[in-house]
Amino acid sequence: MSERTLYDKVWDSHAVTTLPTGQTQLFIGLHLVHEVTTPQAFDMLRERGLPIAYPQRTFSTLDHVVPTDMRVRPFPDEQAEAMTAALERNVREFGIEFYGLDSDRQGIVHVIGPQLGLTQPGMTLACGDSHTSTHGAFGTLAFGIGTSQVRDVLATQTLAMDRLKVRRINVNGRLPLGVHAKDVILTIIRQLGVGGGKGYAYEYGGDVLDRMNMDERMTVCNMSIEGGALVGYVNPDQTTYDYVLGRPFAPKGEAFDRAVAYWRSMASDPDAGYDDVVDIDGSAIEPTVTWGINPGQAVGVLESLPRPEELTDPKSVEKAYTHMGWEPGAPILGTPIDVAFIGSCTNSRLSDLVAAARVAEGRKVADGVKALVVPGSADVKKQAEAAGLDRVFTEAGFQWREAGCSMCLAMNPDKLNGREVCASSSNRNFIGRQGSPEGRTLLMSPAMVAAAALNGKVVDVRQYN
Amino acid sequence: MNEIKQVGGRAVVVRGHDIDTDRIVPARYLKEITFNRMGEYPFFDERRDGDGNLVDHPFNEERFQGAEVLVVNRNFGCGSSREHAPQALYRWGIRVIIGESFGPIFAGSSVLLGMPTVMASSEDVGRLMALVESDPTAELTVDLEARKVRLPDGGDIDIDISDGHRNALTTGTWDSTALLLDNMDEVAQTADKLPYTSDFEGPAPL
Repeated sequence: MSERTLYDKVWDSHAVTTLPTGQTQLFIGLHLVHEVTTPQAFDMLRERGLPIAYPQRTFSTLDHVVPTDMRVRPFPDEQAEAMTAALERNVREFGIEFYGLDSDRQGIVHVIGPQLGLTQPGMTLACGDSHTSTHGAFGTLAFGIGTSQVRDVLATQTLAMDRLKVRRINVNGRLPLGVHAKDVILTIIRQLGVGGGKGYAYEYGGDVLDRMNMDERMTVCNMSIEGGALVGYVNPDQTTYDYVLGRPFAPKGEAFDRAVAYWRSMASDPDAGYDDVVDIDGSAIEPTVTWGINPGQAVGVLESLPRPEELTDPKSVEKAYTHMGWEPGAPILGTPIDVAFIGSCTNSRLSDLVAAARVAEGRKVADGVKALVVPGSADVKKQAEAAGLDRVFTEAGFQWREAGCSMCLAMNPDKLNGREVCASSSNRNFIGRQGSPEGRTLLMSPAMVAAAALNGKVVDVRQYN
Repeated sequence: MNEIKQVGGRAVVVRGHDIDTDRIVPARYLKEITFNRMGEYPFFDERRDGDGNLVDHPFNEERFQGAEVLVVNRNFGCGSSREHAPQALYRWGIRVIIGESFGPIFAGSSVLLGMPTVMASSEDVGRLMALVESDPTAELTVDLEARKVRLPDGGDIDIDISDGHRNALTTGTWDSTALLLDNMDEVAQTADKLPYTSDFEGPAPL
């Protein structure tokens, strides 16, 4: 059993009581709400006549269904409009802070929480979205939950939870030039499996994580759930505190110093005990691309696709080959693409856009490729424009959009058509994920997506080093 | 709330590892603001071709209609947190899912609906799948207290479920809100002890 890890410390300090079922009732420090997974939860409160227990610990925004090419209401999609109106009605009725389309704080929920300084180390956080693990980059225990659990958090600010085991994942050494945080997490999932994190919290560390900025740590933690781990986190350090300092909801003045002392105390102790430890050589990681229908089906960009007979479980890739239409043993390099998408809660922050813009600058998107850049928040958009990134992208032939989830999940007008292949900086290559049941998704870093857009096919971004 | 100690009936088999919740309910149906129609959507795209015609899928087969037990392989319900996925299966008629393993959020949401997800070994799941596919009238009973699946021939197989989930189901407290509301004084005490609720000036709306 783990001991003296951040997980243990945060769990113990937020444990309210042991329920008669044996589960722990866990206090949730921050609850983030978006339009898709909450209307039914608010209805359940109404049916039961329950108020929100801690409305001041609940913040909401719009991200999943919003169009990114216009912001005029009512939306052309009647369902998206009704869903948006429902959230607006719910936040008004229940008295919740809300950042709608007219707010300069609007954006993808996992981008704005950190950006506003709401996400802080040593805290518990919940949101009706599986990528809530993103916030673990701050040393936060962040749980993705279902709608009935959203109801529980609204009604009680707590969840009934089972304690997880803790797996420490060390990424050692130095990443080669052209290798990014996305390649690190895709490699981790490839090695440990899409179900490998079952029952675990993932604690990421080692030289590579120590050197990462917060945007990069968020990319790694974001995809913990794709490895089967409900939560993933990085211990807070000076990089973390420097990021939080000065943000709108960050502690101010002397309170910030007190906060840092507390945050430091919540990090895993040097002699902490783990249920499992995994070491990965960061210097051996390559730009990584998924070829199949789950994020663990990935190869280095210079590798060829796996031959089923070489795998321990050949049947597991049958469906992937049927859907994708590739031949086992073929190279991933040179795979033609139709669409390039830079965005999503995984990779839509300023440093992601900078990395992509470095590749795109002074070059042109290949003929016939539709390329989109969708900033993660209104604030990221503003900062990117101040740095001239919008011009870099539009001059190269990318579309520059408003903030939202966009083509990650097909709940808004940004979708694949037919059998299109999309080079995507998002987090899921599931069948149908990007809106076409026959569509195909290749996950990769934003820089790799930009390089694919310029060439109309998968290339090794290191050619632009 | 009902105590759920034994649950079962006829079964349906959906084979395959890592079946994600996007495949169980495509995202476009998440734009509905109630769960009322979710029973129409389980495996919607997998059950149809590009023109909307029904294709071979266990949920389309006449012999599996009315099934209350779903038997699946490894990491079922991985991916998106959408409760629409367990809601869709429940509203279609499923009352218990037996599999090798489950996505953590899917399993957590399922128990709150009173739909247990129980785990069995790969070999036993394979046996169950073969049994159900050869005889769709076979009745399976999941006994949560004994941690067994009872088979029609009098045999049984071992299953695993967390103590917390099992106890919530067998004591009828799987809809956790009432249980959690019992302790709101202790919730306030825990909150007050956390330095960030008072000592750090936030978070609170500016």
